[in-house]
Amino acid sequence: MTASRRSLALFLVASLLLALFPGVGGTFYVQLLTNVMILAIFAMSLDLLIGYTGLVSFGHAAYFGLAGYVLALLGPQYEAASLWWSLPAAMGVCALFALLTGLLVLRTKGIFFIMVTLAFAQMLFFVFHDTKLGGGSDGIYIYNKPTLLIGDFALANLDNIAHFYYLVLLLMLCVYLLLRRILGSTFGRALVGIKVNEHRMQALGFPVFRYKLASYVLAGALGGLAGYLAAVQFGFVNPEILSWHKSGQVIVMVILGGMGTLYGPVLGAFAFVLLQEAFSNQAWIGEWAKHWQLGMGVFIVLVAMYLPQGLAGLLQRFGRKAEAKEEREEQP
Amino acid sequence: MSAPILRTQELTKRFSGLVAVSKVSLELHVGEVHAIIGPNGAGKSTLTNLLSGDLPPTSGVVQFEGRDIAGFKSDRISRLGVGRSYQKTNIFLPFTVFENCRLAAQSRTPHAWRVWSGAGRFGDINRLAEEAMEAAGLAHRRDRVAATLSHGEQRQLEIAMCLATQPRLLLLDEPLAGMGPHESLRMVELIKTLSAQHAIMLIEHDMDAVFAVAHRLTVMVNGEVIESGTPEAVRGSPVVQLAYLGGGDNLHV
Amino acid sequence: MDFAFFLIQLLNGLQYGLLLFLVASGLTLIFGIMGIINLAHGSFYMLGAYLAWSLASLTGSLAAAIALGIPLTVLFGMALEWLLVRRLYDRDHLFQVLLTYGLILVFEEIRSILWGDDMHGVPVPALLNASIPLTDNLSYPVYRLFISGVCLLLAYGLYLLIKKTRLGMMIRAGASNRDMVQSLGINIKFIYTLVFAVGVALAGFAGMINAPLSSVFPNMGGHVLIICFVVVVIGGIGSVKGAMAASLMIGLADTFGQVLVPEMAGMIVYLLMAVVLIWRPAGLFGRA
Repeated sequence: MTASRRSLALFLVASLLLALFPGVGGTFYVQLLTNVMILAIFAMSLDLLIGYTGLVSFGHAAYFGLAGYVLALLGPQYEAASLWWSLPAAMGVCALFALLTGLLVLRTKGIFFIMVTLAFAQMLFFVFHDTKLGGGSDGIYIYNKPTLLIGDFALANLDNIAHFYYLVLLLMLCVYLLLRRILGSTFGRALVGIKVNEHRMQALGFPVFRYKLASYVLAGALGGLAGYLAAVQFGFVNPEILSWHKSGQVIVMVILGGMGTLYGPVLGAFAFVLLQEAFSNQAWIGEWAKHWQLGMGVFIVLVAMYLPQGLAGLLQRFGRKAEAKEEREEQP
Repeated sequence: MSAPILRTQELTKRFSGLVAVSKVSLELHVGEVHAIIGPNGAGKSTLTNLLSGDLPPTSGVVQFEGRDIAGFKSDRISRLGVGRSYQKTNIFLPFTVFENCRLAAQSRTPHAWRVWSGAGRFGDINRLAEEAMEAAGLAHRRDRVAATLSHGEQRQLEIAMCLATQPRLLLLDEPLAGMGPHESLRMVELIKTLSAQHAIMLIEHDMDAVFAVAHRLTVMVNGEVIESGTPEAVRGSPVVQLAYLGGGDNLHV
Repeated sequence: MDFAFFLIQLLNGLQYGLLLFLVASGLTLIFGIMGIINLAHGSFYMLGAYLAWSLASLTGSLAAAIALGIPLTVLFGMALEWLLVRRLYDRDHLFQVLLTYGLILVFEEIRSILWGDDMHGVPVPALLNASIPLTDNLSYPVYRLFISGVCLLLAYGLYLLIKKTRLGMMIRAGASNRDMVQSLGINIKFIYTLVFAVGVALAGFAGMINAPLSSVFPNMGGHVLIICFVVVVIGGIGSVKGAMAASLMIGLADTFGQVLVPEMAGMIVYLLMAVVLIWRPAGLFGRA
């Protein structure tokens, strides 16, 4: 089997397993997995920046939170908003925010970029935390889930846990395929070129700034998609969803899974949430479950030191071994 | 003689007090290799950076094909038709030779912003990349990862990437640096071939190579041009003799 | 706003700014000299505050607690550099972010295990527990003035260390040219360990001395960390002078912001940063 065949097969098997899961998993696990897939979209959007454009953003939670607030604030208070306009509105506001802040933050590099993206996310955090605009530190409830209607026919009922699960699964697969397509295009190659050697790209005639801005805006909009879905799932928004801890967590997911691959961040989101569940499971580790962050913290430190390529790196290593083995068998 | 493709007038670059390039005026023509020589620190690389847009000049004029380009960013100057190679090899190490050239060629085409169609699908880009590899003598290394090439081959790739952008003017910053004698010979032949259809500004310390290819020489010392002319004229110039003998430099003119 | 009130806010702003400087100067030195982005810097501030609280309860004196606490934080910093940070010098900033983010979680839980999750007050030392009357009903606490004075002394000490001593010269050289320093046979590894430890100690000390004003509570390092990032960005990475200017700017902007436009107070420092960056992308004293 060639590498591309193998990855296609893995993709289909994974999609199928996820599609079958609600049939066997309990409500709690279906909801947990929905959350994981939302975070997977979030992590993929950040990977576009970190893994493919070489932009280490430490403020990606801004888009996650902003989209949630757009849904909460623009939607009518006592009725359901339609997904048809509220989702594009949320993603559009995120894209606009990315465009405006991008014009500024993309002028900086390295450590500066990391800190300036962080600072802009913090600015947004305080906008919602300190003013009455978004209910202050208490946040806002979203009493009604958005509707998904064609005429009078409901395509899906988002109050239904399984329906919402399938919507999220569908969107996650769409985002994956969309990003794959984009990254394989001339535009995508140029982004990777910028990551590897920005100076040379500029000297070759690429308007590097515009490419980075386009990537930044796209990542912001997709981060907004994840944030919108999360707000729908939990039914409320508060400033915590745009805190810097959230930005830190999504970086952990990207690296844990393996940056610069698209399935890596998806794996990372799964591993991150499942580990968090494991470390805080009282039945398993008793008293220490209270201190679950200790386990998480030590784990993150170990990943930073010993697993720079993430889980995807491990998989690729196994993949190469398998290929080498096949080749040996073919040549007696 | 035809109009120069590039012309500078009183081009100057100051770094907080230090004058790196001082009032340099020169002309580059298609079909001509114009070599800039001089001791280390004479301002040759800075001059290249001013012409390619890697650095903005402090004052002076740079005209490319009659158009003022002083202060333009490097990507814009590159798109106008100026290609440059770097003294320190500056390539995409994790990519294959072909992908390096393909990326360079891609910068020239209107497809560059397509987000939907696969990058390998554009025949014109691929052809440009193949031609550039061929011209630079790297076709046999097409699928090798750049990081695994020998030093000389990386220098060739540097040139190939330049060529893939279809420049009319080439700024070559020490293309022979660190090359063995055999590789050097090949590079000299390549520069000769290219000079027929390009204007070339060559910065080089290897004097044998310079005198083998250059149609015109400009000598810089301390940021200033002290002599300019045909190789024969420069060789016999008393100013140059004095500057080098007086400076005790290792340049053997 | 009458003059006495203005004066109080001004003094508060300066005191807050000077305190930020203690934390931010360590952060900027670690950035500038070692190229390490250290998210755990806020945790050192928190650990300092908790050390002060627990040692002061044990010894009955904040001064004794600080005297014991400083060597502890220095040792802690050296151990941390030697065990973990050292391995990240040649790695991408991304991994430094990751490692130090993990450390925040670890330190926060260690704090929880050692000292619990309650908020605690630390009494102001009796000697300094007084106020200077300004008007009939306004007065200014001596302890705040004391903090400002100590911070100024430390800042001057840091200035002398960097400008006048051989160590400072090495530090400045190390910041600009690592290879050069190494080729002179200077033990750069040791300098790095020292710089990191000094940075940790400065942040820890800031937490200790401010404990009577701020109290000690979980996650107290987070806010300080982010504000100090802003300070470093505004001042220019690696510039101690810039850190001082930016600290005072932020201290004043934040203090007056809370009085004049309380709804905007949280945002003001970030707006300030955005304005500075539009004007100077490398910060006030940054090398572009």
